[in-house]
Amino acid sequence: MVNLWRSLRFLVVSVVLLGLIYPLIVTGIGQLLFPYHANGSMIKLHGRVVGSMLIAQNVTNPGLFHYRPSAVNYAGNGSGGSNLGPTNPALIKEIKGNIQTVEQQNPGTPVSQIPPDMVESSASGLDPDISIQDAKIQVPRISKATGLSQQVLMALINRNEQGRFLGIWGQPMVNVMKLNLALLQQRGK
Amino acid sequence: MTFAGTIGILAVVALILALAIPMGGYIYRVFTGQRNWFEPVYAPVERVIYKFVGINPDAEMDWKSYAKSWLLVQFVMALFVYIIFVLQGHLPINPDHIKGMSWDLAFNTAASFITNTNWQNYAGEQSMSYLGQMAAITYLQFTSAAAGVVAVIAFVRGMVANKGKTLGNFWVDYVKVHTRILLPLAFLFAIVFVGLGLPETLHGAQIAHTLQGGTQTISRGPVASLEAIKQLGTNGGGYFNANSAHPFEDPTALTTVLEILAMALIPAALVTTFGKFIKDRKQAAVLYVFLTGLLLAGAFTVYASESAGDPLVHHLLGIGGGNMEGKEVRFGQSLSSIFVAATTAFTTGAVNTMHDSLTPLGGMVPIVFMMFNSVFGGIGVGLLNILMFLIIAVFLSGLMVGRTPEIFGKKIEAREIKLATAAMLVHPFVILVPTAIALVTKAGTSSMANPGLHGFSEVLYAFTSGAANNGSAFAGLNGNTVFYNVAIGLVMLFGRYVSMVAMFAMAGSLVKKSVVPESAGTLRTNTFSFGGVFLAVIIIVGALTFFPAVAVGPIGEHLQMIAGQLAK
Repeated sequence: MVNLWRSLRFLVVSVVLLGLIYPLIVTGIGQLLFPYHANGSMIKLHGRVVGSMLIAQNVTNPGLFHYRPSAVNYAGNGSGGSNLGPTNPALIKEIKGNIQTVEQQNPGTPVSQIPPDMVESSASGLDPDISIQDAKIQVPRISKATGLSQQVLMALINRNEQGRFLGIWGQPMVNVMKLNLALLQQRGK
Repeated sequence: MTFAGTIGILAVVALILALAIPMGGYIYRVFTGQRNWFEPVYAPVERVIYKFVGINPDAEMDWKSYAKSWLLVQFVMALFVYIIFVLQGHLPINPDHIKGMSWDLAFNTAASFITNTNWQNYAGEQSMSYLGQMAAITYLQFTSAAAGVVAVIAFVRGMVANKGKTLGNFWVDYVKVHTRILLPLAFLFAIVFVGLGLPETLHGAQIAHTLQGGTQTISRGPVASLEAIKQLGTNGGGYFNANSAHPFEDPTALTTVLEILAMALIPAALVTTFGKFIKDRKQAAVLYVFLTGLLLAGAFTVYASESAGDPLVHHLLGIGGGNMEGKEVRFGQSLSSIFVAATTAFTTGAVNTMHDSLTPLGGMVPIVFMMFNSVFGGIGVGLLNILMFLIIAVFLSGLMVGRTPEIFGKKIEAREIKLATAAMLVHPFVILVPTAIALVTKAGTSSMANPGLHGFSEVLYAFTSGAANNGSAFAGLNGNTVFYNVAIGLVMLFGRYVSMVAMFAMAGSLVKKSVVPESAGTLRTNTFSFGGVFLAVIIIVGALTFFPAVAVGPIGEHLQMIAGQLAK
């Protein structure tokens, strides 16, 4: 009985300390020091939140850069991957469909040029980044839709390219939201 | 595979060792009651906690009262979080109006988090209120990790005592793991994580009006504080369904490296702590060499297999390159691969890659690591498993060379071997028996998401993950059914508590023995040749027990894949 009583008292003390005080202090400090990050890196355009820098959204407009395929249709409140295994016929079907979409939207792209990340679903369904090759394939389409020259668009990609961290971690890529914001700014000029 | 990627993996592993070794010394000082720099902060806080809880810090406990308190407090906590899960719809701090869980899902989730498994049959952003994320999930991610640490510390004390009786004071140990190790580290990591992009807010989901005029609901919450202890405590239960693949849990290459370091830190450090307790640095060094070797072998197997990609995709569709299905661009193949290996070596269960979509050999590594359950292993329990295998290795080599088996000066006798064997055998038992049951019942097979051998691997993975208290998944499997909620829930409880209580009992018997001084007849365990025996025991036990299952699952699927055949 002594132990049960002690366990209950420990429960109360530890829940308050670890389950409430700890996260609330981190929230307080986080909100104070890094309000942009702490609230989800939300991007405002003309006074309205248009999305998060870190979260992919459904973009099909030919005049904007597109994200990677999402198994959850870019549900910001329901992340997930396809969980299709390597020998599953459904995986082949899914990738085939994605290849057709890429070919339709970017006519004249040879399949051998398409990087795997462009036609294979991301792990979260919300991957905010694409490979450089993926971005470059989209340039002719965007140029045609917006009237911006391909050189300008290539320059945008180069300017927003993120390399490997310290040269060893990650891979060269570009954040799609950042790229699209730069694109919209360019069009506004 | 690229040069940069290879260096990237080696650099992560080097950093793990560089941080873990000093950390191990610090943990040793905490549990031998030495003062440290922050004593003026820690000591008064601890005194207040002792007073509130009613702890006499000078009392000493034998193994039975230590283990009883250890079990009882965990039972009380599990009950508490079960109630939160069921009632969360009626409780405060729930801005997204999330409803309570069904009884079976709440049972599974409570069993999962109290056992440090963090298997999740729920999707965090849809089925867990902010209160649940903080006062149940984050909370148990501290206490279940702490329970692992104190268990192994008590065991090691039993191992080194000379004709002793007691293993220390459970309550003091338990409080100190929190105040002096987990809480300060978690706080530090959490603040860094917010600075690197993880959200930490009590505001509900954000409605965004997208660039092309649609709407998107973006879930968020107190993510960073959970993420820190999720990794440090080798818990792995994510805030979101996609776990560390979700950009809010792991937004950059740097954060994923930090998450790997966080999950590896304490399990790897405990090897040094152990070396300090037995006053034998070389023993720790031998263990580091073999365990790090296994970790690297696993990481590079995944890396090679994932970089080579899926030949079916290459040949049928003409898409070249590595496998990017279920991976995130910011991590690439290299950081995804080391994460896969580390999360199952350190038995964390966080994922930054969907394991279900790994190539067969890439997916085999996490299964095999969880079957070994001792490639460093989870926080506390990993070292316990290592010590169990050391004792069995000593016994076997003692038989082979005709010497009385003894380890660190303690004779290993019938009682110890019985207990070690029980602790060892429960693991394959709770993996293979439920897998077999699942395969012959409709309730078991109807949850498979992938056809053919991969579907088998999904079920095998689920019970292996539960038994190893890992928590990662081949997540296509629909686990939220009464059958899997109850079955995996029970497997997690047996997988953790049977072996740990057996180890407590062994500590109780070891503590009473006298330490025999080392002589010419002593079988030395701190040599590389003994390390080889130790490794062979782990692999032979693992291979003999599990090989048929692994052959049917990932190995069979690999052969099928390179033969160019799709599953039916």
